[in-house]
Amino acid sequence: MKECYLGVDIGSISTKAVVINRKYEILSSCYIETKGNPIQAVEEALSSLTIPSGYELCGIGTTGSARKLIGLLLDASIIKNEITAHAIGTLTFHPEVKTILEIGGQDSKVILLQNHMIRDYAMNTLCAAGTGSFLSSQAKRLGLDVTSFGEIALTSTHPTTIAARCTVFAESDLVHKTQLGYPKEDIVAGLCKAVVLNYLNNVCKGKKLEEPIIFQGGVSKNKGVVHFFQEVLGKEILVDPNGHLMGALGMAILASRLPKEKTYSLDFQKLSFRTVGKECQGCSNRCELVHIYKEEKLLDVWGSKCGKF
Amino acid sequence: MNKVSYPKLGSYSVAIQYFLTHVLENEILPPKEITEHTKELGNQYSPDFVCTPFKYTLGTMLEGIEEGATIFFQMGGGCRYGYYHELQEQILKDLGYSCTIINLISGGNRISYQELKSYPLKIRKRKLLSSFWTTKKMVLYMDKIDDYIRKNRCYEKEKGSFDYLREQMLQEFSKTKGFLELRRTYHKYQKQFFNLPRKEKKKRIRVGLIGELYTLMEPNANEKIESFLNAYGFEVKRYTNVTYLLFQKKRKVKKYLRKKLVKYRMGADALDNIYHAKELCEQGYDGIIHIKSSFCTPEIGAMPILEKIAGKYGVPILFLSMDLNSSNTGFLTRMEAFCDMLEMRSQ
Repeated sequence: MKECYLGVDIGSISTKAVVINRKYEILSSCYIETKGNPIQAVEEALSSLTIPSGYELCGIGTTGSARKLIGLLLDASIIKNEITAHAIGTLTFHPEVKTILEIGGQDSKVILLQNHMIRDYAMNTLCAAGTGSFLSSQAKRLGLDVTSFGEIALTSTHPTTIAARCTVFAESDLVHKTQLGYPKEDIVAGLCKAVVLNYLNNVCKGKKLEEPIIFQGGVSKNKGVVHFFQEVLGKEILVDPNGHLMGALGMAILASRLPKEKTYSLDFQKLSFRTVGKECQGCSNRCELVHIYKEEKLLDVWGSKCGKF
Repeated sequence: MNKVSYPKLGSYSVAIQYFLTHVLENEILPPKEITEHTKELGNQYSPDFVCTPFKYTLGTMLEGIEEGATIFFQMGGGCRYGYYHELQEQILKDLGYSCTIINLISGGNRISYQELKSYPLKIRKRKLLSSFWTTKKMVLYMDKIDDYIRKNRCYEKEKGSFDYLREQMLQEFSKTKGFLELRRTYHKYQKQFFNLPRKEKKKRIRVGLIGELYTLMEPNANEKIESFLNAYGFEVKRYTNVTYLLFQKKRKVKKYLRKKLVKYRMGADALDNIYHAKELCEQGYDGIIHIKSSFCTPEIGAMPILEKIAGKYGVPILFLSMDLNSSNTGFLTRMEAFCDMLEMRSQ
């Protein structure tokens, strides 16, 4: 039996899962929308994955905003944050890369690498402006499919300027421009440019972006954004065809580095999980406790400040 | 007689309580531990864009008022903090409470005895000097022990043994009768701390903490960042403590201003933080974490300079902004990533 490893990245917008072997080749992968229900999304994702015969699953790694919950449910061997996962994944496939730009559904980050290590990183702080969810909500407003956004943006010759500082103001600016009768492709291109400018101003904030630069996350599938990154930075931008899977790949790689403890199966969908929120009445902290049940059995309680649970 | 209370700042309430009970005849109410309830109260009645220490201290005051306190002590600083007492007094008045807030330090000068006498307080004049001396020493001892804990808690064999011993020490400090007994207790606990069982040291990773003073010193305001780092196995160094702020800062700032890296004082602790960051870099620390409350103007002014210094020495620096309205998930993700990065770098 050969060994294979599963990496799951449960983001705010999409859930990514990938199975790799010891040589870090992708055996099976999937990309679906989370739709606000991470457990169901993971169930769906895992049922669409297949493990080729002759392989056995020896490790699971989880990342993304629901990493802790899914990690507990899958009994994962390793749970890590997105930044580490992305850096590990990228460094394995592109060891020469010095800068990772990543724009996801709700967050965006820049990771600077040096000598195959993270040197520095930054994440968007208080505001989600210029992320994937902004693009998709604007796509809905314009009556377009977000997947076709990039193609449309590239056809524009005069992208209009859209105020990039804040999502809400960008939106009113966009409405203003549509009411003036600008052609759609110019507005779409303007939006893509706004995302780029916002990212560079809010996340990179004067950090030195050294080449080679790789662009990842769901938004990297948008050719318009890639084009404007190249135009604004004046540098070559790499886009990996598996860029959206990089977090999941990183986790699978991290899981493969651990010593083998047990084997897993993908029949997760047969179990039922339930999350119940309760308020602790022990003191005036009134912590919101999260109880996680697996088939009526209490698995874990999170969220207490005093360590009582 | 008027009941007296004061805002909470870490464990220093032990020392403040000791001082006030010996010096004043009024009843002294110790502030409650900062909980979600305190935060809610503070958040509800504060302007939204004020820095977070304002909200925490207002919250504790409101809780104190529920217990019957009418006089509060507040400490002013070299920034907006100096105006806190006036604004807080006004807010409390608008809510229908009549209480007085006494600002002990405004603009870097301590309040005079004459001024203090104008308030409805009954001061035991004879006890003033000796209690002040004992309190000063108590703060000094507490800060020394805390420095030691930050450096050694990461190697503890039994989880929580340092915290437990510290709690015991503080209890004994609060019951102390005079300076000699205090010194004896301190030496006793110093030995006990020294003898606590530890794990073997593998690789030392040291992190320096700098930033805005209240957020640094009150563990409930910074998501217990020191315990988090210690639990990760990192040694922590923090310059800012009450001993530094009250007894060393003036001298240090004069020295720093002569060095000419920064021309102006920039308010509050911004200047100190810049020099501390430089010192940390020169001493080979693995990382620096800068914490401030949201909208802290002096620290925002210091951030670009800090980034430049850290970039020059190649030390990673993480900027955290603590707010009452944000969840701690973002904090945890950033901290985890930072700690992972430091671990990977050290290998």
